[in-house]
Amino acid sequence: MFKGFIYNKKAAPYVFILPFILVFLIFFVSPMINTIIMSFQTVLPGSRKFVGLDNYTKLLGDKVFLLALWNSFKYMVWTLILLIPIPMVLACIINSKLMVGREFFKASLYLPALTSVAVAGIVFRFSFGEQATSLMNQLVALFGMDPYKWLKNGTTGFIVLLILACWRWTGVNMLYFLSGLKNIPAELYESADIDGASIWQKFRYVTIPQLKPTTIYVLTISIYAGLAMFIESYMVFNGNNSPNNIGLTIVGYLYRQGIEKNSMGYASAVGLVLFLIGMAINLIQLKLNGTFKKED
Amino acid sequence: MKSAKVLKKIATIVAATSLIATMFMGCGGSTATKTDSGKDSATSSGDKLEMWTFVDMHAKFFEKMLVSWNEKNPDKKLDINFSVLPYDDMHNKLQSALLSGQGAPDMVDIELGKFPNFLKGDPQLEPLDDVYAPYKDKVVQSRVAIYSKDNHVYGFDYHVGATVAYYNTELLEKAGIDYKSIVTWDDFKKAGEKYYAATGKNFGTADTSAQWQEALMLAEQKSDFTDASGKPQLNSPQMVKALTTLRDMQDAHAIATIPGGQPDQPDAEAAINNGDYAVVIKAMWYMSRFLEYMPDQAGKWAIAPAPVFEKGQPRSVGLGGTGTVVTKNAKNKQNLKEFIAYAKLSEDGEKAIWDDLGFDPINTQLWSNKDITQNKDNKFIKYFKTNPFDTLNEVKNEIGLIKSTEASPNIYNVLNTVTLNSIFEDKKDIKQSLDEAQQQVENELK
Repeated sequence: MFKGFIYNKKAAPYVFILPFILVFLIFFVSPMINTIIMSFQTVLPGSRKFVGLDNYTKLLGDKVFLLALWNSFKYMVWTLILLIPIPMVLACIINSKLMVGREFFKASLYLPALTSVAVAGIVFRFSFGEQATSLMNQLVALFGMDPYKWLKNGTTGFIVLLILACWRWTGVNMLYFLSGLKNIPAELYESADIDGASIWQKFRYVTIPQLKPTTIYVLTISIYAGLAMFIESYMVFNGNNSPNNIGLTIVGYLYRQGIEKNSMGYASAVGLVLFLIGMAINLIQLKLNGTFKKED
Repeated sequence: MKSAKVLKKIATIVAATSLIATMFMGCGGSTATKTDSGKDSATSSGDKLEMWTFVDMHAKFFEKMLVSWNEKNPDKKLDINFSVLPYDDMHNKLQSALLSGQGAPDMVDIELGKFPNFLKGDPQLEPLDDVYAPYKDKVVQSRVAIYSKDNHVYGFDYHVGATVAYYNTELLEKAGIDYKSIVTWDDFKKAGEKYYAATGKNFGTADTSAQWQEALMLAEQKSDFTDASGKPQLNSPQMVKALTTLRDMQDAHAIATIPGGQPDQPDAEAAINNGDYAVVIKAMWYMSRFLEYMPDQAGKWAIAPAPVFEKGQPRSVGLGGTGTVVTKNAKNKQNLKEFIAYAKLSEDGEKAIWDDLGFDPINTQLWSNKDITQNKDNKFIKYFKTNPFDTLNEVKNEIGLIKSTEASPNIYNVLNTVTLNSIFEDKKDIKQSLDEAQQQVENELK
């Protein structure tokens, strides 16, 4: 009986995926179901009360939530605009045979990804401090400008977050594109050369289409990462409460409500809305890119 | 074949779901569990207890009190391990631990601004009524009320937190200003203008990340952030008057925003140490910051009552505070409760609070005890140009109260992230900013 089960070809695949299924059920599905239930409750120590749609109606009138939503969305869009084309071009340059010292550039561009967000965030906070002695203020002083409160202004505060994101993730995305480039057969470029294609034409009609699977992968994880950004903002603004909430993201707001204000029910509703938005954006994106199409 | 495709589709969705699920669950902090070394302790029950706090000095204070408690009560000996955690981190971890009923320490320091969060619903804290009873008549009642719910006391504070003004006399003398002549906010503004004209530097601070100044100004007008029933009233006429006065002073260069947003921040303390600001309006507990972060400034700073709108208004308000509590699932509860009462309310405890921490103890009998107030060896009395108790006793009967209600954490959060920044940094309309704040808090409390 047992032996029969072990050698059963039908059962074997399920045995192999069992660890994943268990982890998935215990650590993802059950908390998610709990989150959905909690989003209709007020959750306090020792008492959980159903309140219907109260948490959701409250969300709609919550300006801070809408601001957090907008901040996260804006951040996501800007990281997509910056962190896909730039690493792609950098990867092409580094991949070029004419490039001198490519290993050096590869390593130095990747290096920031190895630092901890906490450390990087604190370094950025100090660099963009409002005192006249901070790095950036000393820099602008060279041009005769007065010290500026970088992290108290919405635009500059946001730019600091983007600079931090670019500094940390350019190298990582570049490595993805580099590995994608390695998979493009040299014959394609050869035949393009024979057809007399220019560098731009080769990039446009050979490299970009051939990189599509990599691009979709990078795009998908960047959408998640952009919408879920939290720690960067937490570190740069020295906590979850940035001036005028300029650095508040959806996850930051979830954290503020659930952990800082002890409203787990409300925070669950925030989390679910984030989940739905992230899911929707990615499903649309994957659909448009043809990921769900039949492969034959 | 068709089923394979269906399976693939499901797999794609599952992968996408799990990716996104990590997003909104990734931020759950894990509660660190400490393993008991199991070493033989000499306590009566043998329990190894745990205390969390967010201030290093508080832990040192309790360590010292524990030694004297164990000497005096050999039959009730306690063995407590003290952990100092960052402010936000500690409160967040505590909240999760109490919510889940697991991993909370036996006793813990909860800051006043966060305290109402822990009184929500069925408080997961132990009532301290019985051990409070013997001290009831000796302490400032309002400092106990803020840690109470439904006539049960849940926490004991370190101090009254009477708000005063700290003046850097060395800088003021250079600019020809006598701080003793400052009685009203109008005087304060004039002095500030004069100071700015003479030195080009800032006089006082316009705080963007703390509501202490507004609280003081409200108490002076006998008002509060909340009405009698605990409902927020952020756009009250008194609040508008307070902020209009502050903004007016800012426009006249009498006060200016400070790095870090408020004086009790490392960046701000660096600026004050540097001589960039000459006045700090803060509670008595800010004395300890001077000693700790600005030791070179000894002898320069004087303490005086805070300015008022009109002569005769109360000149102080009790601000800030930290309640030490016993959690519901604590071990050795009764002894622990008695120990906390001993450390924070008894005469021994109150003396240590003053000597070591420099706080204004809630047992005001001490304020007139000459052995304490005139003790020349005390580090706080040595540091300041004036005797802190002179000012304390002067305003003793004028110390107002800002209520701590369920709405308080929301109110402070909105003020300190949005409203005060809008008013002092972005120069937005005061009434409009306050209306928006009121609306935001009301929505959050729905």
